[in-house]
Amino acid sequence: MKLLDLLRFRIATFFQRSQMNAEMEEELRSHIQHRADDLKRSGLSRAESERRARIEFGGREKFKEECREALGGNLIGTSLQDVRYSLRMLRKSRGFTIAAVLTLALAIGANAVVFGIMDGLVLRPLHVPQAESLLATESADDPVWQSYPNYLDLRDRNRSFEDLAAFTMVFVGLDTGRDPSAATGYAATGNYFDVLRIQPSLGTFFHSSDEHGPDSAPYLVLTYGYWHSRFHDDRGVVGRVVLVNKHPFTVIGVAPPGFQGTLLFGSPDFFVPIVNQEQLGGGNTLSERGNNHAIFEVFGHLKPGVTPAQAAADVNALGANLAKAYPKEVSHQSSSLSRPGLTSFGGPVRAFVAGLMLLAGLILLASCANLGSLFAVHAADRSREVALRLALGSSRRRILRQLFTEAILISLAGGALGLMGSVALLRRLSTWQPFGAPLHLPVSPDAKLYVVALALALVSALLFGIVPVRQVLRSNPYEVVKAGSSSRFGRRISVRDLLLVLQIALCAVLVTSSMVAVRGLARSLHANFGFEPRNTMLLGANLAMGGYSGDKVLPMQKRLIEAMETIPGVDQVGLVNSYPPLVYAAARRANVFNDETRDLSQLNVAIMPYRYDVSPGYLILQPQ
Amino acid sequence: MADQAQLLPGTLDLLILRAVSLGPLHGYGILLRIGQISGSALLIEQGALYPGLFRLVRQGLLKASWGTSENNRRAKFYDLTAAGRKRLREETDSWNRLAAAIARALSQQPEEV
Repeated sequence: MKLLDLLRFRIATFFQRSQMNAEMEEELRSHIQHRADDLKRSGLSRAESERRARIEFGGREKFKEECREALGGNLIGTSLQDVRYSLRMLRKSRGFTIAAVLTLALAIGANAVVFGIMDGLVLRPLHVPQAESLLATESADDPVWQSYPNYLDLRDRNRSFEDLAAFTMVFVGLDTGRDPSAATGYAATGNYFDVLRIQPSLGTFFHSSDEHGPDSAPYLVLTYGYWHSRFHDDRGVVGRVVLVNKHPFTVIGVAPPGFQGTLLFGSPDFFVPIVNQEQLGGGNTLSERGNNHAIFEVFGHLKPGVTPAQAAADVNALGANLAKAYPKEVSHQSSSLSRPGLTSFGGPVRAFVAGLMLLAGLILLASCANLGSLFAVHAADRSREVALRLALGSSRRRILRQLFTEAILISLAGGALGLMGSVALLRRLSTWQPFGAPLHLPVSPDAKLYVVALALALVSALLFGIVPVRQVLRSNPYEVVKAGSSSRFGRRISVRDLLLVLQIALCAVLVTSSMVAVRGLARSLHANFGFEPRNTMLLGANLAMGGYSGDKVLPMQKRLIEAMETIPGVDQVGLVNSYPPLVYAAARRANVFNDETRDLSQLNVAIMPYRYDVSPGYLILQPQ
Repeated sequence: MADQAQLLPGTLDLLILRAVSLGPLHGYGILLRIGQISGSALLIEQGALYPGLFRLVRQGLLKASWGTSENNRRAKFYDLTAAGRKRLREETDSWNRLAAAIARALSQQPEEV
């Protein structure tokens, strides 16, 4: 209530301002007239006594300013005045303004983009209820124990989690009857949706009770996005049978909008029970304890009262037990628990994003240093104007406030421009699919981004606006007016020199790091692969999508090779079962032991190379 | 001029309240009244009076109204409000206590300590 009154008072005083100014003027004039009356009575002429009265009174503008301050409620009025004046000044020095705004737009834009990426990948939790208490076991590239049998043991024997769910990615052909096409899905454990505590937006989800051994649950849940793009929001889709790799699956439901699986960098089209994995491609991996590719990530909610450290100890103890019980298949290294979404990429992704953020911060700092010296020069050019205003009774605080208003206006304009650019860029990034279907960046500009951009703009305004403060505070109006415009502030001082050094240092760091990055990229583009990639054509074929599995695969591959050899112009044909960059989905690792090793347990594995299956022609592929 | 004393910070408000308590006055009149009641011993810059007046009006200690002066000129007259009268009493008491204490402290002789 009190606040409201205060506000009303402020607004009222703001509108009474001009009337009050007139009254104040009249009152002071009346004072001088009365004084002049007295002086005249002592024998002076009217003109002389009025002149004397004015001098005796002192700086009229200064006292008026103090009166206005004494009245309070002046903030809006003076701020508006500052803004109007600043706009006029900025319009007058157009080149300076444009340069400053563009510099800041680039710097703030870069920061906003990197922050958007960081927000999407690192800060934002998964789009599920109570995401903050979800924890995942960390899978790593090294021999781990994320096989399906190990997952089952972990799920049933741990004492820390309410329940544990797991999933892996599958790449399949999905045929709705008219248009078979490639699709990406999660093969998820039956409890997947229950562990995540989410409800379908249409139909139902599958549950643990649906799992009755291999291939017992031919059910399919669509993501909202895929339901929208492939099935055109058809509510009759529930109950329909579609062919996944030629195997019939019944669509039982649609996931809620906004839920895009539990990987931050890859959104699936659908979910199927993991017990049906054999039909989806990779052979039967459910019974292979040594197959570390069967499970991508295992996660669940902690039981109440269990700390993450206790849970990690529990999980590590179980892992060690498994390694002891199955020495041939399982090795275990102690690992911590992490938030789900990034799997073992979490560490590198975080480091990469942090590095990017650091670079972007440096860019902003460099441009602030640059703007700081620009601003100082700008202020020095106006030394006469500042001196005049000081001489006319303006307070230094008022002049500084106006300079800061200018800085803030510039940085707000730059921030707005940079934000617009970054929003456009982020929108493009979120629909960018650099490696084909499954990858995507979960970046979407939101309120947080706007707040960050605003904060950055204000901070940089303070940073570069503070540079000319000293020279304004030290300036002596009398000296400046007397010496004329040739005398400038800050000629001998070194604040600007320091800024220049800082700026050069920062730019050197930035240029060097981008040169290193560009050279690294150029080098890997022209890397020596050990063969000549020119004139080599790649034909991708997923036989599983066509329903080939088990014994039918090898004859089909033979037929493929033979058919391609008959194409005119084809010289040699070779075959490899899969290829990078998606190493996770591409190759199995093999255990290699030393000659003298007799005990073939995981502890004695010498190296674990990736294994690719190739045809006889693959290794002799050479250009003519 | 040389024998005039500089005002202590904060005392101008007290002087204004005292001057106005003797009857409504306009700004210039307040200056004359202060000169009169202080025996012209205090140095007050003329313009510096007004921020003080505006501050006191804002605090509700003075009320202002336009009228005509003895010179037949339009002028703004200030008068004490009830709150102003109360404040003047309090400030006078506390000033007297302070002044007495300082005076006693400064007049103490070595043998009295």
